[in-house]
Amino acid sequence: MRLHGRSIYQGTTQGEALATLQPISFFGGVDPETGVVVERGHTLEGQCIAGKVLVFPTGKGSTVGSYTLYRLKMNGHAPLAILNAECETIIAVGCIIAEIPCVDQLPINEIPSGSLVRIDGDSICIEESVKSKTNGVHP
Amino acid sequence: MHLTLKENEMLSESQGRATQKAMQILVALGEIYGAERMIQVTSVQIAGVSYDNLGEAGLKFLSAMADGGGRVRVLTTLNPAGMDTENWHNLGIQPDFAEKQQRVLEAFARMGVTTTCTCTPYLIGNLPHYAEHIAWSESSAVCYANSVIGARTNREGGPSALASALTGLTPEYGFHLSENRLPTLTIQVTAQLAETCDFGALGKVIGEQIQASRAVPYILGVHRATLENLKSFCASLATYGGTALFHMQGITPEAALFTPPEKRVSVSQAELEAAIHSLNNAAEEEVDFISLGCPHLSIHEIEHISRLLDGRQVKKEFWITTARTTKQIADRMGYTRIIEASGAKFAADTCCVVAPIQGRFTAMATDSAKACYYAYSKNKFKTVFLPFEDVVKQALL
Repeated sequence: MRLHGRSIYQGTTQGEALATLQPISFFGGVDPETGVVVERGHTLEGQCIAGKVLVFPTGKGSTVGSYTLYRLKMNGHAPLAILNAECETIIAVGCIIAEIPCVDQLPINEIPSGSLVRIDGDSICIEESVKSKTNGVHP
Repeated sequence: MHLTLKENEMLSESQGRATQKAMQILVALGEIYGAERMIQVTSVQIAGVSYDNLGEAGLKFLSAMADGGGRVRVLTTLNPAGMDTENWHNLGIQPDFAEKQQRVLEAFARMGVTTTCTCTPYLIGNLPHYAEHIAWSESSAVCYANSVIGARTNREGGPSALASALTGLTPEYGFHLSENRLPTLTIQVTAQLAETCDFGALGKVIGEQIQASRAVPYILGVHRATLENLKSFCASLATYGGTALFHMQGITPEAALFTPPEKRVSVSQAELEAAIHSLNNAAEEEVDFISLGCPHLSIHEIEHISRLLDGRQVKKEFWITTARTTKQIADRMGYTRIIEASGAKFAADTCCVVAPIQGRFTAMATDSAKACYYAYSKNKFKTVFLPFEDVVKQALL
């Protein structure tokens, strides 16, 4: 499946999607040393965002969250890319200063966790489920 | 979004890596919020200065921007740092932290930022005029500039404010546009406002009411407000409501342009008292830290403290937080000598919100509703919320 969004920070990459329908606060909600989501009760609580194509509706919380993304990038625990429904200031600024490809205005509920996502500028290609491929099950 | 030739040049690398990064930030924000063009700003206030909030990553980013040739194009001032830059050892700040904090300030200074280190830039020479377009972070100062002065700014974050400083530009959206400054909800205040802390409590009540709706409040029933009342109100409204703009009949300059919206809520004496009660969760005997100066104290407030402390001895750690330049006037007037003779300490350049004091005290006494919020959420202190003079009296017990 192919989707087109709006490019917030240009880049080309591919990886496994980690998706949630809840907003993410990077300041206080994600451990800046490990990339593990620590917000209590969040659907991604305990999961690591490092090296994933992180899919969520929008950012929330303190503007210091932009620096958390930069810190994750510096220590090698940043997501490969960020896909949003509606990007806001914290995520946009964080992706630009950390140089993490970011696309928004996407129907994020069509990008399930585990799918293989390729990003090229504002174009998204959702290949097939990484997990179903390894399980030998057709999507 | 339409960019001029000069703006496109900044977006290419021809004017340096830092300017390019700054322009990328502003263009992205402009696209997200539907701006048609960039506009010039004449004043910037940058938050995100304390090493306690920035961490190593923030320091690296700021150093990279300075190394990348970043240079401010307009008057740019700074929020409080994590320590008093001259007197940090006396306030229990560790040398390692002090060294990192100095490097943050040096990175800003290399870019030409005036390292004022205060949340009240409007008191010390960064004072925009009515309708002037500016790019400020520091939520309390944003609310003050928009509402009390009638200047125009969105609620910037640290990096976006820096981006405006390095380019002299901001995307034209939000509170830069007249149509977004219209009041949307009338707040009728019937509660009595005697003290500055009552204005802080009022900011909490209104802020919590409008947080979800993002309303621009039009406030009726406040007949008199001092600069100190308003700076406390702005800090509280921004903390509890995320509010960047309000109008107050008879007090703020744009209020006269509008009629109060039909949709109306009121704030009663009982609601104000409930807010005050909610900010008190410690017994008086638990108080081991006294803090005045959130937002930073005016010279008028410092003079008041010096009268209350004259010839007395404080028995608890007592921080008086203010801008360095305000303290210098206190030095000249002899207030500093009286205050320091009592055992109370000046903590210029910093405040109890951004200094690295997590867990250092059990309970803090203050007259600031904003300070109570961060004492609880960031520093894990209990709080006692009292009128200004009663806070000083707590230090003497």
